[in-house]
Amino acid sequence: MVHRISGLALAIFLPLHFLALGLAIEGDAKLESFLRWSDQPLVKLAEGGLVFLLTVHLLGGLRVLAIENLPWTNGQKQLATFAAAISAIVAFIFLVRVF
Amino acid sequence: MNVRLYIWQRATAAVMAPLVLVHIAVIFYATHQGMTAEDILSRTHGSIAWAAYYGLFVAAAAIHASIGLRNILAEWLPLMERRAGRYAVGFGIFLFALGLRAVAAVVLS
Repeated sequence: MVHRISGLALAIFLPLHFLALGLAIEGDAKLESFLRWSDQPLVKLAEGGLVFLLTVHLLGGLRVLAIENLPWTNGQKQLATFAAAISAIVAFIFLVRVF
Repeated sequence: MNVRLYIWQRATAAVMAPLVLVHIAVIFYATHQGMTAEDILSRTHGSIAWAAYYGLFVAAAAIHASIGLRNILAEWLPLMERRAGRYAVGFGIFLFALGLRAVAAVVLS
């Protein structure tokens, strides 16, 4: 379920991400203005959430590929918890760096 | 999900795994000392390598996300599979077009 929710959230976010980058078509200044808007603490916090979602979806996807293509091993549930923990750590490091 | 969609879903996942790792590394690198438009565009402008990287990423993400969305729509909403498929294809085309526009914006402009 975490994999599905994170995928859905990323799919909703992607068009906004592409629209933001597309601002460069209208000139550097337009993109720069958006980036300065994104300096707000709440936006940075949301970016941390996106880093978490991207990492947890990546690790969850690797887990699915491993389950389907490699011999079964015990501890699959622990792997899912491990993926969430790693994602939280990556997002936390991101937030420490941007704040 | 039929076999063809299942294979596309897993193949695009396998293609994207290293791309996402690089993307996360770039996010960390780019945001380390504040991100400016000049920093981003000086890295990507005129770069065939970044154009190929992001172009492949956009194509794989559009396919992967639209198949995932189709599965969610078909399972969570009272939609016929065919209708869910149509919405998903529309979303995939929309995502692909916006993604290519974004790649063009950072590589060509």
